Amino acid sequence: MSETVLELEKLTIALPPGADRANAVSDVDLVLRAGKVTCLIGESGSGKSLVARSILGLLPRPHVRVGSGRILFEGQDLAVAPQNNMRVIRGAKIGMIFQEPMTALNPLHTIGRQLDEVLRIHTQLGKTARRARVLELIDSVHLPEPGRIIRSYPHQLSGGQRQRAMIAMALLLSPRLLIADEPTTALDVTTQAQILYLIRELQREHRTSVLFITHDFGVVADIADEVAVLQRGTLVERGTAAAVLGAPGHPYTRALIAAMPKLVPPPARPANVQPFIVEARDIAKTYGTRSMFGGRVTPALAGVTIELRRGETLGVVGESGSGKSTLARAVTRLLPIDSGEILLDGADIAQLSRRQLRPIRKRVQMVFQDPYASLDPRQRIIDIIAEGPVIHGTLPAKAREEAQTLLGLVGLDPSAAQRFPHEFSGGQRQRIGIARALALHPEVLIADEPVSALDVSVQAQILALLADIKARLHLSMLFVTHDLRVALQVCDRIAVMKHGEVVEVAPTNDIFFNPQHAYTKALFMAVPGGTWQDRQDWKAPPERIGRKP
Amino acid sequence: MRLARYIGYRLVTALPVIFGIIVLNFLLIHLAPGDAASVLAGESGAATPEYMEELRHKFGLDQSLGMQFLTYVSNMAHFNLGYSYRNDADVSGLILERLGPTSLLMLTAFGTALALGIILGLLAATGRNSWRDNIISVISLVAYATPGFWLGLMMIVIFSIGLGWLPTSGFDTVGSGHQGWAEVWDIGRHLVMPAVSLALFYLALYARLMRASILEQTGMDYVTTARAKGQTERRIITGHVLRNALLPVVTLAGVQAGNLIGGSIVVETVFGWPGIGTLAFNALQSRDLNLLLAIFFISACLVVIINLAVDVIYVLLDPRMEI
Repeated sequence: MSETVLELEKLTIALPPGADRANAVSDVDLVLRAGKVTCLIGESGSGKSLVARSILGLLPRPHVRVGSGRILFEGQDLAVAPQNNMRVIRGAKIGMIFQEPMTALNPLHTIGRQLDEVLRIHTQLGKTARRARVLELIDSVHLPEPGRIIRSYPHQLSGGQRQRAMIAMALLLSPRLLIADEPTTALDVTTQAQILYLIRELQREHRTSVLFITHDFGVVADIADEVAVLQRGTLVERGTAAAVLGAPGHPYTRALIAAMPKLVPPPARPANVQPFIVEARDIAKTYGTRSMFGGRVTPALAGVTIELRRGETLGVVGESGSGKSTLARAVTRLLPIDSGEILLDGADIAQLSRRQLRPIRKRVQMVFQDPYASLDPRQRIIDIIAEGPVIHGTLPAKAREEAQTLLGLVGLDPSAAQRFPHEFSGGQRQRIGIARALALHPEVLIADEPVSALDVSVQAQILALLADIKARLHLSMLFVTHDLRVALQVCDRIAVMKHGEVVEVAPTNDIFFNPQHAYTKALFMAVPGGTWQDRQDWKAPPERIGRKP
Repeated sequence: MRLARYIGYRLVTALPVIFGIIVLNFLLIHLAPGDAASVLAGESGAATPEYMEELRHKFGLDQSLGMQFLTYVSNMAHFNLGYSYRNDADVSGLILERLGPTSLLMLTAFGTALALGIILGLLAATGRNSWRDNIISVISLVAYATPGFWLGLMMIVIFSIGLGWLPTSGFDTVGSGHQGWAEVWDIGRHLVMPAVSLALFYLALYARLMRASILEQTGMDYVTTARAKGQTERRIITGHVLRNALLPVVTLAGVQAGNLIGGSIVVETVFGWPGIGTLAFNALQSRDLNLLLAIFFISACLVVIINLAVDVIYVLLDPRMEI
């Protein structure tokens, strides 16, 4: 056993009165060892991020505070250490990286200045020595041209580059412990794989202890030595990665793992030979304006052609900026396109006016990603669902009656009708969003990342609901997602997009067994924990670290 | 270099705006019933039609509208703002003479409001919910709700008439013949009350905005990052939060800088400050159209210039601005 770096002893974090529970976490015992990555996994609201923050004394005080228990680090109890002592530890002995590197960096300071700040706080080094150290660290996280990077502002780097800069900043003074709070959640899957590899690599080099907070068992499988599972503030299981992932003991852990869509080939389905219901032919869309003084133009769709057959689910898979959401909005005509044709049942709707589109709108409905932002907070659920049919001429009383039925169809209690969106959880709101889309009896459902904002157990329920509804109502569905696991589970065919182009379209089975395009192969390679659930040769790290993305 | 190109670009795009103002001005003259000749004739008490004709010919009012427009534009292009018959003087001379006092008043008021507002907002936000915050909040609420002219009158009553500390009105002491620092001191004493009554409303506004902006920024992730680096709270505010929090204040200040010209009319009138504001007020009362239009034009140009200056400041503050 390697030495203990930090130990949590019966850590309890108290929430302010009136919160949904008295303590965010209760009696958490956790040991972090040198040279080991410990993953703390839990769903949203489990208290995992608060545990991470409590170690550095970064809880949002005075409302949230350590209630009892000890945080032992180098013979000190950090739970009661004075601020002055904490400042010496922060950044120097314990480094931290965050989920969203764009907001975690000051937008007005250069990367170099933000790294330099750490050295200015904690060391007596001169300017030249500090610069040398900063450049060395920037180089060690494999950022190209360190000299240029330190002069750049955060917005001038990509998400992955920003997270690399954050990691460099956290490791400047070779801390004994690195706390990583969902460091790859905001990143694309291929970037995520690279960042995970980087953390692994640096951590082994420096024998740093890492506390890695995540919600994703795939990521855990890729990086963890030890795993601790947090359920609503209680640590329900902990052990080595091999033990927890291989033979989970607690029912909650088993349920979480079971809820994860598997990276397995779907059962082969008979080919769909129905006629096309939606055809997008060579559609193009650019954002930005051209002016006589230049201006910036970003192509979002560069001549995309896709075809959706009746009764089919077509997945559109791609990373951020690939144009997949633009495509979804373009085929619903929520977004004007520059050129191309959009055929609905053979009729071109690309050039129709707003008025002409009215009757078309109800045939194509959309389910949005963010169930919090896509429902009007001041409308009752019944009105949210009934509004569409009323606009299209249904009598209000009848529309409401149908809305009640729909609530049952999406698995909500009839009493939900008179309540407001904020009274529901994320999964329930997504059910409301689906009911709203179904109220117009659409033929085509466009789902834009419908489960990305949801916890994995809720995600499984929503996917099941969508599949059920699709089959019952004979819908055709365009399913936009960044998650290959989800796409494999729900789609009949998958289109892979990159830089505004479709690089490959094939039936799901073919894409899984025989991806043609290099990018599709890279996407499959990058799926976190890809080898764990499904192949026999999975081994717990560090043996598996050879898989460099 | 890129900044210079940006300023050049903005100046070029300001030209159509200024041309638009000229067109609007011209249309305003001709929309008003009657013309300069009838106004003059009306005031002289009696005028024969021949005399009217002669006046019209003298002012070029007998020409076609198109010709008159061309003449007007060409005059403007040569910075010839016309002649004020009322004051019997060149309009440009009148305005130039008043531009100094007005600029002094505006810049003093605006600078004070911005600087003090930012400082007060900072003090309030860093001592959130303390007595300091409460006092600043109450003061800014009162200042926010008090009309400038009323404040001006009350200050005259208290500080000039009651206490005799400050002069009631004017730009300097007439006939005192002060020179050098004595003159600066004299003008400064005259400036205090008009500047305060003009500034107080904006000061309160900026203090409140700055407080809210700082509180918003202190909740941002990069502040947590700075804390996780081991930075002190004081340095987090001065090094990270302050500049980020300034951005919305600068945006609002830029929009409002133009309003100051309007606000200064009232304050200048109350304090008899010999600026553009009083000039505009008098021109309005005596229907001195040429002068009024020239003041419109100059104020509009000032707003264009101030907006450009604010945008440049914004670019310097925020590297994310693409220029």
